Amino acid sequence: MLNADNQSLSKGEGRWQLVTLLTRPFAAFGRAAIRWISNLGASAVFLFLAILKIVRPKQGPKILQQVYFIGAKSSMIIMLVGLSTGMVMGLQFYRALVKVGAEGAIGTLVALSLVREMGPMLTAIMIAARAGSAITAEIGIQRISEQIDALDTMRIDPLRYLISPRIAASIISFPLLTALFDLIGIIGGYISAVLLMGANAGTYLHRVQVSMEMKDVTEGFIKAIVFAVIVSTVCCYQGYFAHMRTDSHGANAVGLSTTSAVVLSCVLIMVADYVLTSLLI
Amino acid sequence: MDTPLIEFKDVTKRFGPRTVLERVNLKIYEGQVTTIIGLSGSGKSVLLKHIIGLLKPDEGTILFKGQPLTMMNKNEKAASLAQISYMFQDNALFDSMTVYENIALPLRETTNLKKVEIDLRVTARIDQLELDDAANKYPSELSGGMQKRAALARALVTDPKIVLFDEPTSGQDPVRKNAILSMIAKYQRKFGFTAILVSHEIPDVYFISNRILALYDQAIVFQGTPEELENFDHPFKEEVILSLEELQEELTGLYSKRQFKVRYHVQLNQKTLGETYSVVVFTLAEMDAIIASFGHEAAQEAIRSMGVYIDKHFGARGGFSTRRDTNEFVTMLPYSDLIEVESMLKDFIDDFQEQGIRGIRAGVRKQAASEGCVEFAILAGIAQGQPIGEIEPVIDSAKHRQKEIARLRCDVRR
Repeated sequence: MLNADNQSLSKGEGRWQLVTLLTRPFAAFGRAAIRWISNLGASAVFLFLAILKIVRPKQGPKILQQVYFIGAKSSMIIMLVGLSTGMVMGLQFYRALVKVGAEGAIGTLVALSLVREMGPMLTAIMIAARAGSAITAEIGIQRISEQIDALDTMRIDPLRYLISPRIAASIISFPLLTALFDLIGIIGGYISAVLLMGANAGTYLHRVQVSMEMKDVTEGFIKAIVFAVIVSTVCCYQGYFAHMRTDSHGANAVGLSTTSAVVLSCVLIMVADYVLTSLLI
Repeated sequence: MDTPLIEFKDVTKRFGPRTVLERVNLKIYEGQVTTIIGLSGSGKSVLLKHIIGLLKPDEGTILFKGQPLTMMNKNEKAASLAQISYMFQDNALFDSMTVYENIALPLRETTNLKKVEIDLRVTARIDQLELDDAANKYPSELSGGMQKRAALARALVTDPKIVLFDEPTSGQDPVRKNAILSMIAKYQRKFGFTAILVSHEIPDVYFISNRILALYDQAIVFQGTPEELENFDHPFKEEVILSLEELQEELTGLYSKRQFKVRYHVQLNQKTLGETYSVVVFTLAEMDAIIASFGHEAAQEAIRSMGVYIDKHFGARGGFSTRRDTNEFVTMLPYSDLIEVESMLKDFIDDFQEQGIRGIRAGVRKQAASEGCVEFAILAGIAQGQPIGEIEPVIDSAKHRQKEIARLRCDVRR
């Protein structure tokens, strides 16, 4: 009797182990999904609270300071990437269009591609790489060196003091930098297509002017604002909660958070770009 | 006793499965220096973070002036917590801001004071904490001691009623440790705030504390004066105090109070009725003058030099010494009567005038942040005791008989 009981017990245990073995990959997936959703929820609350605190007193100078850091100090790199992108597009489109005898449409192609797609996306990626990484690292170091706790003890709201100005400054800077990128890109296209490849200057400028509607510019700006919210939230959130990472601690956690912030920003920019394009088109 | 300023009633805190504080009960009184002692990782900082509101208890109540924090409305709670400042273990100064900006930050962000008023208050704190030369420097350009002073200035700029110090002396050398503790004691007296310290510095912290709280095994096992802690019979004493207490005091190299006590008990037990022993009490007077002229570190260096010299001189004659207070030393001479001690003291004075005081002067000069003039005196008093009685009345009697035995007139530069 005892033997039979033991046998049935070990059979039951064996079956349970088999079930555990088979479901383990799904359990890991489930845990990751729960973690992802909970992070998404936390980020949404984080963003909501930070946006609420933008309009509190004494925020003006801090926002202006961040506009200088995120916006003004990124303008050189944005101009460089804009010029290079425009020039490459001018060259590639010219070579493709000349084959079908439609090189007159080059201005249209360069302008619309830049204003609708390339401008907002590349600007956002460049700012994520330059300013976003710096934001994550700075806030992350402030977190691990207890500077954020010190703000709490001084009754200074860290969200109001550190996060809100950065989100506001990003919302101001991204569309402006996108406009700069578009303008320099169109000039880049002109240099390569007209000055180097010999396309007609008047046609290029005329096509740029007539093919672009206000709707295209608005679409580009809407994307820029959405990307600004994504990049600033992701970068601030990663830095602010660098101490909560389970895979590392201290300076290592700040390093990993900075990498995560840039990678996640880029991925989310691309996903959001597709979603927005399909909605706005 | 009055209503405690802060009281914990059965406070429990857990982090996941780990219980850090279990049914903690404690009382902190207004205007006192209260020190929380305990081993590393025993939850002392967690306890402090509950006081400032950075952490909330899972169970139990925290009362502020007799009123539970949980029963207060948002404004009352904010007003209560606004009276508290916190000085972090690693200072937590903003490294991208100058010392001036760090000190001005809480005023700029939490008050509607005009720029001129903020400037006045910040400048006053900078002056009081002797940070004039550091005002426009970044924290990374300052020494550890100056960073502590900058953090203290930031903590005090809002005129708090309570200041919490989380291990203020960690990572400092013995001279600087004592300098920081004496600085806290000095400013506590000057500004009248209630100080709550977390510290390992036994016995040095006894000299500045009115009350000691001992955190052991997730609970407060002792609350009382440093003197009462001496008579406290609990495993805490064996495991914590003895492990924290160095065999000899770090600053002076003398015996700690406990070792001194053990040694005199051993000596007295060996004596027969009718035999006597003698006690000398030394005081480095006008400590405040040294601090005012040369800073805390120079004053601690002077104490250290004096302790070393007393030990050297009387140790060779069978005596042993301890530091009794910040600036007071007790030497016990078990084999000498009053006449012999008087003659020893005479030799000591001659020696001290010739060499010892030079050592103190050199110590002061070594640590002094500025050059200048100082005048301070060494006092000494002798008393005789018998093995049947307690030593404390003999020490008190020696203290009453103290007179000036040496004086450093002026000019430490020479």
